[in-house]
Amino acid sequence: MAVQRIQKSAPRLPPNLPDWVSAYEAFNWDNARALIDGLPCGGINIAHEAVDRHVAHGRGDHVAIRWLGKTGETVDLSYAELARRSARFANVLRNLGLQPGDKVFCLSGRLPELYVAALGTLKAQCVFAPLFSAFGPEPIAQRMRLGGANLLLTTQALLKRKVAGVLDQFPGLKVLLVDGAAEGAISLPAEMERASDHFTIAPTDPETLALLHFTSGTTGTPKGAMHVHEAVVAHNYSGRVALDLHPLDIYWCTADPGWVTGTSYGIIAPLCNGVTSIVDEAEFDATRWYEILERQKVSVWYTAPTAIRRLMKLGAEPVKAHDLSALRYMASVGEPLNPEAVRWGNEVFGKPFHDNWWQTETGAIMISNYASMDVKPGSMGRPLPGIEAAILHVEGDTARVIEQPGVQGELAIRRGWPSMFRGYLGAEERYRKCFKGDWYVSGDLAKRDEEGYFWFVGRSDDVIKSAGHLIGPFEVESALVEHPAVNEAGVIGIPEETAGEIVKAFVALKAGYAPSEELKLEILAHARKQLGPAVAPREIEFRDELPKTKSGKIMRRLLKARELGLPEGDLSTLEKSE
Amino acid sequence: MSELKDTIVGLLLKIAPEVDAAEIKPDVDLRDQLDIDSMDHLNFVIAMAKQFGLEIPEKDYPRLTTLDDCVAYVQSHRH
Repeated sequence: MAVQRIQKSAPRLPPNLPDWVSAYEAFNWDNARALIDGLPCGGINIAHEAVDRHVAHGRGDHVAIRWLGKTGETVDLSYAELARRSARFANVLRNLGLQPGDKVFCLSGRLPELYVAALGTLKAQCVFAPLFSAFGPEPIAQRMRLGGANLLLTTQALLKRKVAGVLDQFPGLKVLLVDGAAEGAISLPAEMERASDHFTIAPTDPETLALLHFTSGTTGTPKGAMHVHEAVVAHNYSGRVALDLHPLDIYWCTADPGWVTGTSYGIIAPLCNGVTSIVDEAEFDATRWYEILERQKVSVWYTAPTAIRRLMKLGAEPVKAHDLSALRYMASVGEPLNPEAVRWGNEVFGKPFHDNWWQTETGAIMISNYASMDVKPGSMGRPLPGIEAAILHVEGDTARVIEQPGVQGELAIRRGWPSMFRGYLGAEERYRKCFKGDWYVSGDLAKRDEEGYFWFVGRSDDVIKSAGHLIGPFEVESALVEHPAVNEAGVIGIPEETAGEIVKAFVALKAGYAPSEELKLEILAHARKQLGPAVAPREIEFRDELPKTKSGKIMRRLLKARELGLPEGDLSTLEKSE
Repeated sequence: MSELKDTIVGLLLKIAPEVDAAEIKPDVDLRDQLDIDSMDHLNFVIAMAKQFGLEIPEKDYPRLTTLDDCVAYVQSHRH
């Protein structure tokens, strides 16, 4: 198929990146560093770049965050107010005895306090570790254990529903509640009331740990990717060139801060660029979303393929029915945006969605489409200035760059960019394994075309990508085998039109249990209670036996090939034929 | 009426079988009181459409947030 091309006409506002080729060639990171201020007392602190410096530059009255509540209320936080509140939160942490380096976990919906807490935590040089509120008790407990949580910020409802049952595993943990007190927990409003507005950020070494984001691998426990304050150089720069953020923009990132996009681009990058950032408390609702785009005069919109595909189902009508004239730039991330969706956007909005690519480990956008660059629907675009991306042929411990266009290999980034993860907490060996020489190997398979555009092909491992979130099959299998009837479980991702992939589990029962619809629902209930809806399987199928290697490992690849009718590949390691 | 409600709850329990049907508050957003996410809600609406032979366009989804909403919607759209 000939690749279509969406050509760019003269833009309404001069793009921050007027020409990719010349910017890419001329780039060096010192120029990007010059776009942040640095702390007056020395070093780099994300919260200073995101908030305090705008106050110092006289933009304290500008709205930093406009929060839209589920039931229609609106709360505006100016940069000055956000500076004050985050200073108070930093003092709250100090008053509670938290020291620099302590881990502040956050489990909450998109409430204003979440944003204040994230920035206050960074001011105090504590480490911000967000959790997704649709996680069940097990993923929450596991991540808090791995991360060594010192404090958990949450709500009364989430505490009761998801944390109370595992709290005894965390004897020293302080629990701070957004909405008042409960037994054994501290009231955030009361603590904020007591705390001072004044907090001076101490000199912060750029290599100080700032963010801890959990992600999933094929095997083992989730991995806590560590990011440092220097990452803000990349957050700020990528927001500027890949999202084309200008200081007067009204920007809406629809991602939840429980995932890396919602932190890097839902909190840090937009605030660094001085925009007004919209935060919607509610879940996806197509009608509401069009109303927000219109009423809030959103000019830059960063969303995800799952949402775009749901909007497509409504067709062009609602787009025409709303005044979306303020909307200048649309971007998408989470999983590859299918060409139909890019073309649809271009047809009905009169502008394409700009897909981009990055991961929890990369901390910031690595490969992107740009306001000034033609879009090839289906392509993730070209590397950001400063980012060297390549397709590698990996064999064992060695890797070689594939120079020839159109050849599939491992998508890799040359190490050394500011937001590169500095390790997986407590898992040095797993971190080392991500690198082949100077290359960070992403685990995504891709191709590069003759013009340097990158195209996603698939994952090189068994990780499942559902609604833009990575799900580790091992985590799901572990929960399933805890059910008394389950002998073994194999978990794969199967294609689904809205979410891209959904989690499907194959389950073999223990002797004495017979497959039934009732048992299936019982196992599903068990998995959902443990894992929460974001991680639990959407489908369960019984099998007498699961295909295994001679060493006893379940062959997920084979389960998937058989489920989808794909070639079964090399079966030489299969234990026995079925 | 209550038979219709039971059928709808039955559809929900196939998607989220961990839910205690007796504890569902009929006038509260299902997503607020239960651990169901957007995908669950989408699957629930699709299951209702199939069960009752309805075409439920995406723009009507916001009218299906509570159990009472769902009952009323099915009653007014079923022939």
